[in-house]
Amino acid sequence: MATLDPKIPSGPLADKWRKHKADIRLVNPANKRKYEIIVVGAGLAGASAASTLADLGYKVKNFVFHDSPRRAHSIAAQGGINAAKNYQNDGDSVHRLFYDTLKGGDYRAREANVHRLAEVSVNIIDQCVAQGVPFAREYGGLLANRSFGGAQVSRTFYARGQTGQQLLLGAYSALSRVVGAGLVELHTQSEMLDLVIVGGQAKGIIVRDLVTGEIGRHAADAVILATGGYGNVFNLSTYARGSNATAIWRAYKRGACLANPCYTQIHPTCIPVSGDYQSKLTLMSESLRNDGRIWAPRKKEDGRKNPNDIPEADRDYFLERIYPGFGNLCPRDVASRAAKRMCDEGRGVGPTGLGVYLDFSDAIKRLGEAGVRERYGNLFDIYHEITAESAYQTPMRIFPAVHYTMGGLWVDYNLMSNIPGLFVLGEANFSDHGANRLGASALMQGLADGYFIIPYTIGDYLAGQKPGSRPSADAPEFKAAEDHVSGMTARLLGIKGRQPVSHFHKRLGKIMWEHCGMARTKAGLAQALREIPALREEFWAGVNVPGSADTLNQSLEQAGRVADFIELGELLCLDALTREESCGGHFREEHQHPDGECKRDDAGFAHVAAWEFQGAGRTPLRNIEPLNYEFVKMSVRNYK
Amino acid sequence: MVAPSTPPHLSLTLRVWRQAGPSQPGRFVDYAAPGLSPDMSFLELLDVVNDGLTTKGEEPIAFAHDCREGICGTCSCTINGKPHGPGQGVATCQIYLRAFRDGDTIVVEPFRARAFPVVKDLVTDRAAFDKIQQAGGFITARAGSAPDANAAPVPKPAADLAMDAAACIGCGACVAACKNASAMLFVAAKVSHLGLLPQGQPERDKRVLAMVGTMDALGFGNCTNQYECSAACPKLISHDFIARLNRDYLAATVRSAFQPAPAGTGGGAG
Repeated sequence: MATLDPKIPSGPLADKWRKHKADIRLVNPANKRKYEIIVVGAGLAGASAASTLADLGYKVKNFVFHDSPRRAHSIAAQGGINAAKNYQNDGDSVHRLFYDTLKGGDYRAREANVHRLAEVSVNIIDQCVAQGVPFAREYGGLLANRSFGGAQVSRTFYARGQTGQQLLLGAYSALSRVVGAGLVELHTQSEMLDLVIVGGQAKGIIVRDLVTGEIGRHAADAVILATGGYGNVFNLSTYARGSNATAIWRAYKRGACLANPCYTQIHPTCIPVSGDYQSKLTLMSESLRNDGRIWAPRKKEDGRKNPNDIPEADRDYFLERIYPGFGNLCPRDVASRAAKRMCDEGRGVGPTGLGVYLDFSDAIKRLGEAGVRERYGNLFDIYHEITAESAYQTPMRIFPAVHYTMGGLWVDYNLMSNIPGLFVLGEANFSDHGANRLGASALMQGLADGYFIIPYTIGDYLAGQKPGSRPSADAPEFKAAEDHVSGMTARLLGIKGRQPVSHFHKRLGKIMWEHCGMARTKAGLAQALREIPALREEFWAGVNVPGSADTLNQSLEQAGRVADFIELGELLCLDALTREESCGGHFREEHQHPDGECKRDDAGFAHVAAWEFQGAGRTPLRNIEPLNYEFVKMSVRNYK
Repeated sequence: MVAPSTPPHLSLTLRVWRQAGPSQPGRFVDYAAPGLSPDMSFLELLDVVNDGLTTKGEEPIAFAHDCREGICGTCSCTINGKPHGPGQGVATCQIYLRAFRDGDTIVVEPFRARAFPVVKDLVTDRAAFDKIQQAGGFITARAGSAPDANAAPVPKPAADLAMDAAACIGCGACVAACKNASAMLFVAAKVSHLGLLPQGQPERDKRVLAMVGTMDALGFGNCTNQYECSAACPKLISHDFIARLNRDYLAATVRSAFQPAPAGTGGGAG
């Protein structure tokens, strides 16, 4: 059984991080260059960590499966990044950001982690501006803000609808600088396929060069995973097609605990599915809910009508009606379920009946079309490209889609997993968002972890490792891991079945969406837990992976990732079945208030469930880390 | 979640560049693609063709793609002779089949440029762009040392123009569209983005000299003002930034010629 000590510092909430920074061990500058750190991933968390650690003097190797670090999917985040700057003078503070984030997560995150996140949020904005991130500004030249879901202040900084792109390019430029200076060894098109453990500690990785197929061994004093979330277990999502869980899943199979996998986020405002060939769902930024109003027809028969022909009296602005306090800006999980209820009642719109309207006609009356275009023009353009409809003339049709995963590898306050020397940053870890993430908080967490937390906490671990003590990549543990990886590759290529990889990914996605999506039931989850193992059997008997291992082989890459998704999907359903409560993004139909809101069970489930691999074919162990709320009283979330 | 699709009514022929590796010869191969929905994206068409090839036991077409929403810059097909195909201001992944007519033959090639060698089929190696960035496409700002974000106001017009330039997704369409395979628009976008901001001033000269020098060394051609780059750019980045780059480059060259080099850095104290 894994030891799960969260290592939360003692003392008052607001002093914990400052005190911890003063208490933890340091590595002296001359010794830093003797340590090698592997960073896997180059999104916001990975690129910021790699560049900052290199600036501190550590030797860093950075691995990305993309052809350039600039392609990581952080680039696609649209709306913004939260920070408790209170530049708007509207009552914001570190405490309020902390409280909003904790409450938004439905009281299923650690207080101390979330408070630290709110504290360093202000430093992130400073850092990004210094790097040249072109945030939106007021006419006086000072920074502009907008509102996001789950908050009653304007604390979101943004760069048009491309905030993730600009923050990532900032982190990429910092990474490029240290790569150019020879401080980081960059390995692009290199996919981590196993974690190497020596003497109980993470000391290296096995990597496949995606162009040559060569398998490489890399030893280090510590390994950092910043490889993003696992939302593509649903096949259709707002993730990039390449986003995958292979790094965290292979680490799980080496003993790292996976925490709260059932906490998945369904984003309310995405463009609805149009056909079964579909590969991708496109998000319409939450920022649109600042000015757009969400509604469904009051009458079922109006679902197929031209929305402009439905009179005002027949429109149900259901978020404003049900949640007058937050209205269209209620949190994502709340808004998604409300939209689903409308469609379940038969009041959905569009050709499929799976959609509601996001309407800008009031905003256009207020701001003019040009004003709306200035704020959201690029999003309206994307909508037009995909649907061939103009949202200036007719309301957007939107429907919820998988967007983010709050669960991830378990980490302590130092962002270290239960395997010493293995650190996990950004969406790949589980730590800060509880059961639901608020909008504009993913970018905040990724950069907080990389720029301002790991540079301190990794030193505390390394100070306990003798300089030069890292194992050689010729050690037997590396050979064994490499053989394991090569064996899996050979097995996948050898099946020569009848179906392409996509066939199995689509089927997995349908099982997951149907039984483990926005609403989950005991019977449905039990059904999924019968169907997924059967699908796994079919995959390993019937997948066709053409080509060879010694060249660029995209089918082979995808096959390995889907094999992992199938296993992870099973664990996700098991976690959802075991958590007999509703909280945030995890909604069990058996546990709801009469008005359809989440009914938490704080007595039974105010804990982190951290699953531990017990070997193939054996039920994983469910470890528990209790969540002790010392400073905030857990209460029923109320956005009304 | 999967909905009944719009009735399919398009049949297309794909004429695709197949090349097994960088040093192997390539050739065009035709693939029939019947029964398509106009709401399908171009990359989804490649998915469907690839699933068909796989089922027949043939090797699928390698193509670069990731976010499929026009922001990561991974996708890079030249479609009917145009980098990123028939749209304006969109990437390959944002092309939908409604842009084609029933019975069309679509010619699909990789981005072609000396500095972007073909890896396989439609996939090219664009690491040269990363090397240009590493030479100078940054502002040196160590984490922890930044002043308050509002300490240096930036006039809104400058911030907006910087954002226009910063929108570059690094796809390389500008290079593929240029008869000289020039990377001037790519370099101009980064030099302009950082040079328009007060934070970018200390390294402004060094940046432009290093980025242009690296661009030349990597085998990109020069600019002869045809503006094909801007026309092909999925973010419609203006060729005006090239003029800005030229001004910056000239000024930096002159200043570096007349400025005495500093005697040295570091050391001394203690």
